[in-house]
Amino acid sequence: MVLLTLIGVITIAIVQVRNLFAVVVLFGAYSFLMATVMLVLDAVDVALTEAAVGAGISTVLLLGALYLTKTEEAPPRFSTALPALVAVGTAAVLVWGTWDLPGFGLADTPVNTHVGQEFVGRAYPEMHIPNVVTAVLASYRGFDTLGEVTVVFTAAIGVLLLLKRGPKRDDDAAADQSEGGEG
Amino acid sequence: MRLDVILRVSAKLLIPFILLFAIYVQFHGHYSPGGGFQAGVIAAAAVVFYAIVFGIRAALKVVPASVVEALVPLGVVIYAGTGVLNMMQGYHYLDYDPLLTDPVEGQYWGVFIVEIGVLVTVAGAMISIFYAFALRGRS
Repeated sequence: MVLLTLIGVITIAIVQVRNLFAVVVLFGAYSFLMATVMLVLDAVDVALTEAAVGAGISTVLLLGALYLTKTEEAPPRFSTALPALVAVGTAAVLVWGTWDLPGFGLADTPVNTHVGQEFVGRAYPEMHIPNVVTAVLASYRGFDTLGEVTVVFTAAIGVLLLLKRGPKRDDDAAADQSEGGEG
Repeated sequence: MRLDVILRVSAKLLIPFILLFAIYVQFHGHYSPGGGFQAGVIAAAAVVFYAIVFGIRAALKVVPASVVEALVPLGVVIYAGTGVLNMMQGYHYLDYDPLLTDPVEGQYWGVFIVEIGVLVTVAGAMISIFYAFALRGRS
């Protein structure tokens, strides 16, 4: 509850703050809180990824992007009433949906009775890998992980095509003076 | 006098341990949480940290951009190549049984190889995207 309250506070702050630098830092804090929530839910793999990607790499990338643009958010051009309505509506539907979910950690839910148990039982005898998450990810679900790697590969190619060695204009020359990081 | 002494010294202290932790997360993924994705991101974070503290040019000397960009497809090749190897040995694509004489050990090492492919692609992608942002607008 404390964590969720903190996440709520940070989300409101992200929406309210106009300075994008502060927003990026708040996003980092948000990711760390989210990682802690995952840790509380015993999803250590997800927590590790969230902390490393969400709080680490994406903060750096957003700061890098800020370096290329302005650090103040532009005033909204249209009314924010309709997006706010859509957001609140979606949130209401999602909360309504959670009412039908089984309680956390119950043993007799479909998740814990069907294939899940099967893989937990089969992974060690078939591969000698005690960590079932790794076994499922890399072997039973190997095609899916290959797809994920291909997605990362494609994303990197896309970003590199867009950003790397772009046409060098004259007004960019000033940026050459400042060496070192932007973090 | 440089004002970032504390930052530099602590970076020098921390980076070896970040890299060591990445290796641990990678190779201990069979026994504890972690694997190629997490280890790749942690390894990339170490390089990004180095680039932020010591400047992008110093980082480019240690980890050249061309090497990093070659890593991105190399990981996919390692992963997909393992599947092709399985097919050539007469099994299904990405069925690691025939890699070693014992199918269980084959699965064990198949997962190991595939995770290295994931590590290579993820680390390469993260570092090269960072370089693309950091070098944008410079020569």
